[in-house]
Amino acid sequence: MELFGLSLAFYLLGALASLAFAGRETANHLGPAGAVAGSLVGLAGLALTPASAVAQASLPWGLPLGSLALGLDPASRLFLLPVYAVGAAAAVAGSLALAGSEAAQAGPDRRGTHWFFFNILLAGLALVMAARDGVVFLIAWEVMSLAPFFLGSLHDDEAEVREAAWTYLVCAHLGAALVIAFFALAMGQAGATGFAALAEAARAGRLTMPSLLFFLAFFGFAAKIGLVPFHVWLPAIYPAAPGHVAALMSGGMINVGLYGLWRALEILPPPAAWQGWTIAGLGVASALLGILAALGQGNLKRLLAYSSVENMGLICLGLGLGLVGLACGNPAMAALGLGGALFHMLCHAGFKSLLFLCAAEVLTAVGSARIAHLGGLAKRMPAVGTLFLLAGAGIAGLPPLPGFIGELTMALAMLAGLDLPGLLPRTASAASLAALAAVGGFALAAFAKAGGLAFLGAPRTPAAAKAEAPSHAALLAPLFLAAGLVTAAALAPALLRFVGQAVLAFPGMDPAPARAALEQAAMAARTVGFFGAGIILLAGGLLWLRARAGAAHGRRREPTWGCGYTAPTARMQYGAASFVEPAAKLLAGPMGLTRRLDMDPGLFPKRATLFVVSRDAARDRLFTPLFEAVARLCDAAKVVQHGKVHLYILYVLATVVLLLAWKLS
Amino acid sequence: MAAIQSLLVALVVVNLAYLAVTRLKTLTRITALQGVLLAATPLAIAGPHGHGLILSLAVLAIKGIGFPWLVARTLSRLEVNPVVEPYFGFNMSLLAGVGGLLFSLWLESRLPFPPGLFPPLLFPAALTSIFSGLTLVVARRKALTQVIGYLAAENGIFLLGVPLAAQGSVWLELSVLLDVFVAVFVMGIALHHINKTFESIDVGRFCSLRD
Amino acid sequence: MNAWLHILAALVLAPLIPGIINRVKARMSGRVGKPLLQTYFDLAKLTRKGLVESHTASFMLGVGPAVSLAAVCGALCLLPSPASPAPASFGGDFMLAAYCLGLSRLALILAALDTGSSFEGMGASREAAFSALAEPVLFLALLALAVDAPSLSLSGMLGQGLSGALAPERLFVPLLLFILLLTENCRIPVDDPNTHLELTMIHEVMVLDHSGPDMAMISYGAALKLWFFAAAVTLSLLPVQAMPPLAAWAAFLAGVALVAVAVGLIESSMARLRLLRVPRLLGSAGALAALSLVLTVWR
Repeated sequence: MELFGLSLAFYLLGALASLAFAGRETANHLGPAGAVAGSLVGLAGLALTPASAVAQASLPWGLPLGSLALGLDPASRLFLLPVYAVGAAAAVAGSLALAGSEAAQAGPDRRGTHWFFFNILLAGLALVMAARDGVVFLIAWEVMSLAPFFLGSLHDDEAEVREAAWTYLVCAHLGAALVIAFFALAMGQAGATGFAALAEAARAGRLTMPSLLFFLAFFGFAAKIGLVPFHVWLPAIYPAAPGHVAALMSGGMINVGLYGLWRALEILPPPAAWQGWTIAGLGVASALLGILAALGQGNLKRLLAYSSVENMGLICLGLGLGLVGLACGNPAMAALGLGGALFHMLCHAGFKSLLFLCAAEVLTAVGSARIAHLGGLAKRMPAVGTLFLLAGAGIAGLPPLPGFIGELTMALAMLAGLDLPGLLPRTASAASLAALAAVGGFALAAFAKAGGLAFLGAPRTPAAAKAEAPSHAALLAPLFLAAGLVTAAALAPALLRFVGQAVLAFPGMDPAPARAALEQAAMAARTVGFFGAGIILLAGGLLWLRARAGAAHGRRREPTWGCGYTAPTARMQYGAASFVEPAAKLLAGPMGLTRRLDMDPGLFPKRATLFVVSRDAARDRLFTPLFEAVARLCDAAKVVQHGKVHLYILYVLATVVLLLAWKLS
Repeated sequence: MAAIQSLLVALVVVNLAYLAVTRLKTLTRITALQGVLLAATPLAIAGPHGHGLILSLAVLAIKGIGFPWLVARTLSRLEVNPVVEPYFGFNMSLLAGVGGLLFSLWLESRLPFPPGLFPPLLFPAALTSIFSGLTLVVARRKALTQVIGYLAAENGIFLLGVPLAAQGSVWLELSVLLDVFVAVFVMGIALHHINKTFESIDVGRFCSLRD
Repeated sequence: MNAWLHILAALVLAPLIPGIINRVKARMSGRVGKPLLQTYFDLAKLTRKGLVESHTASFMLGVGPAVSLAAVCGALCLLPSPASPAPASFGGDFMLAAYCLGLSRLALILAALDTGSSFEGMGASREAAFSALAEPVLFLALLALAVDAPSLSLSGMLGQGLSGALAPERLFVPLLLFILLLTENCRIPVDDPNTHLELTMIHEVMVLDHSGPDMAMISYGAALKLWFFAAAVTLSLLPVQAMPPLAAWAAFLAGVALVAVAVGLIESSMARLRLLRVPRLLGSAGALAALSLVLTVWR
């Protein structure tokens, strides 16, 4: 708890220092330094306390409402881990990326405020996860929700970036409104603001309308998690934000929605099975639609954003199944579902922030993140290419990387779900395993596309051909994350037990069978670990044999076989749109792909152009019409805003009279 | 017991096959197959004697041979495009078929049947037959597929009646009568008229008939 | 020891399966055909050749085949031998096997994209799309086996035999695994493995620019993958667990050979489907798998 406080202090110091030195190069050193120091201290705090410990602290609080109650328990620690790890890596990467870059540009140096908000975001995230009081939670939530708006709009001279930042702000606040409504309702009914008191009231049955509370919490936090259809901000803000910010948001911030949902479920009365199925159902929908949309994207960062939607969907699937297990008295399913979800959350945080940092290096080297402008980068930046390909395989859940363990644990929960009473729950468990398999298959396709087309093959543009490898320092942050992930793979059973502490602390969990189920999963993870080591050794041996064969029998370079065509160009390679064509023939609707062919008429057209556009259906069909309707309504309401001051005074007077009459009658 | 279970599973598969098939000719063959399987059910339930045998032979003659032959003859006379034209895709139809099976299994657990009335899986098999028949009617474009859809649905109703046949129920006669009605009326007259009037048997064109 | 015997058998005998298939095809068309051991000869020749790499390629071209072969070997380690459980097994290990095959596929796709050839890119894109569709079918089929199995590992699920006539829907599982064999190994009716060129549209297209030891690893990996599925089909059909070891081995090997013959017969008697029809084939297989699963769960 002390180290937690110290890390918070470092964040705040970093924030203030970067504000104080705004406009100077120093801000670009002090801000990240604060973030790194805070994160490392936080990580040390996590490492030094036993995983199951529960700490509480109450501090003086100047507000009439609530109390400054903070605490750390297994769930808080678990969710803090990616915040600290990704926070440190993103700060280092950002500091290097922004070093001197603004000096070359005209205009004011905004790095001071940037690092201020970066540190504030980290502090807000840490505070959200330590808050033990509804009011503190909401304040921290608001701080944490606002900071990315300023972080994401670093390059706000571009219209696209401004629009993306606004999209984020609107989504974040629609979600926040529901979260505030949830807490206000719960706190009003319970007559207290502390989490413990709220849970007490729920157990005593004083929270009426638990279903309404559940939906408020679920939809409110789902907006942060980025479940379909609330995901529209992800593909907007991630491509627009600088790489290190996108890494922090995808690795550290997006999980806070899961954390909020976790806390809300702890506070609410024991979950009913339908609540679990609701979460799992929306999770499956997000996972499938997310990965299909990812497959359809032509922009590397947008692809990664949709992949986040997919992974968050998978996590919610695990969470939902865990709740179903809890509600139906199947502790193995409960423990494995929740445990798998949390483990997958950690893996996703690591892999996704690593991918975003790699994408940022690509953007720096080539100047574009569109796959149509990339290609052949693995030859020019081999470290980044290797990391991206490995992280892509990892996020697709392939063994021996740790992403597999999370999916395996969730699959074990689904297998345990085959023992549920009733035909429909069993079938639903089986169907979710089939959905997991389909998502896995499409994730493989999506990352084969992202990695294969961006880093392999021939460069598609002169810029890609001239790309230069990043400096060794720039690889520091990605390598730090990669090292963390390799450790996670090697120590997967231990990590699973660490995750298990949070699962066992979930209210209503039957500890003995839950522990047994998690232990079984940990043993499976151990087997997978040995297995993975075997595969790596075997592949290494085969490569050694190959090298020997090459040395013995000669090795030479020739052009790629061009099907008899002697003048191939790089543009003839398979591109982003052509790679997904077989899938798009079948699934163009869910993938959001539309195509338009412009061709000169006649039998021998001189010119033909094919556009393949991937649009977001939720944005185009749901939110745009909705907000346009709201805008029309607001326009209509402008009649009362006419600029005549004396009439404004009349409004005030009328309001006062009406209020008095209503209140005193 | 084993024989009836195999028959019923085969019937369920046939119901899914209705939705997966792309050729009209295959569709008629599947109708024949369903007829033959249906003819075997009274034998499997009641044994090869008495009412069961007669019923079985009658069903084989009408549903296994008669109707498919009629449909095939019409098909060859109409000279239409031999491909089933779906309103919504084959994989979606199959998904709907599996959903229908799930629903009917669930429904069976909810309905208060007297125990022992239906052998296991008979009710779901019959209900899925009705569902896939109606799916053919709703989701396919050609009038011929609609006729086959009605036949499939009617076969489902007949299957429900088989266990009751021992008690000499009127269900069965009614359903056989309905068969004849469908066969004679729709097949013989309507299709030819449709083809003559619209120069196609695409039911989508019927909308030009509305006021 | 007994557990590793199956791995050894697979490693030694797998190249025989393409030989059997080719021999059946040749006989069906009235030719004598290649020797049964042709794949062994090819492998021996390829390993003695030098490496020719594309100018465009990076490290992935060489890494791909090695990783692919290693991953297929990994998947084989999870398959039970006819007379004893697999060397490594745990509840849910079929997921590891399926994902190992996924890793092998990803490695080959990336190696294909590494050459920058549009033809190989085409093969890679089709492989990615079709196997993504095949994945849920595989899981559904295995789940139908898992529902009644004594344990949820492949060793517990396979080798039980078909449990009686009372549950006829169980019969579909071997059939589904056979369809998946054809899909995953790119045989007719999904793909035509006969030529390296125009007729072939998926797997063989992806490996055009590989040579020498790389090609050997790919061919050997393909043979092992074929063995994996043939063994899975056989084990899902035969109750080898209840047989004495020698009889189990004999039945198993005969079963694998028969599966190979069946593949050969199908290839001689059917044409390749249009690519558009492949998803429909997989959809039907998926519906059958779902049907089998639902009925198994319901009973």
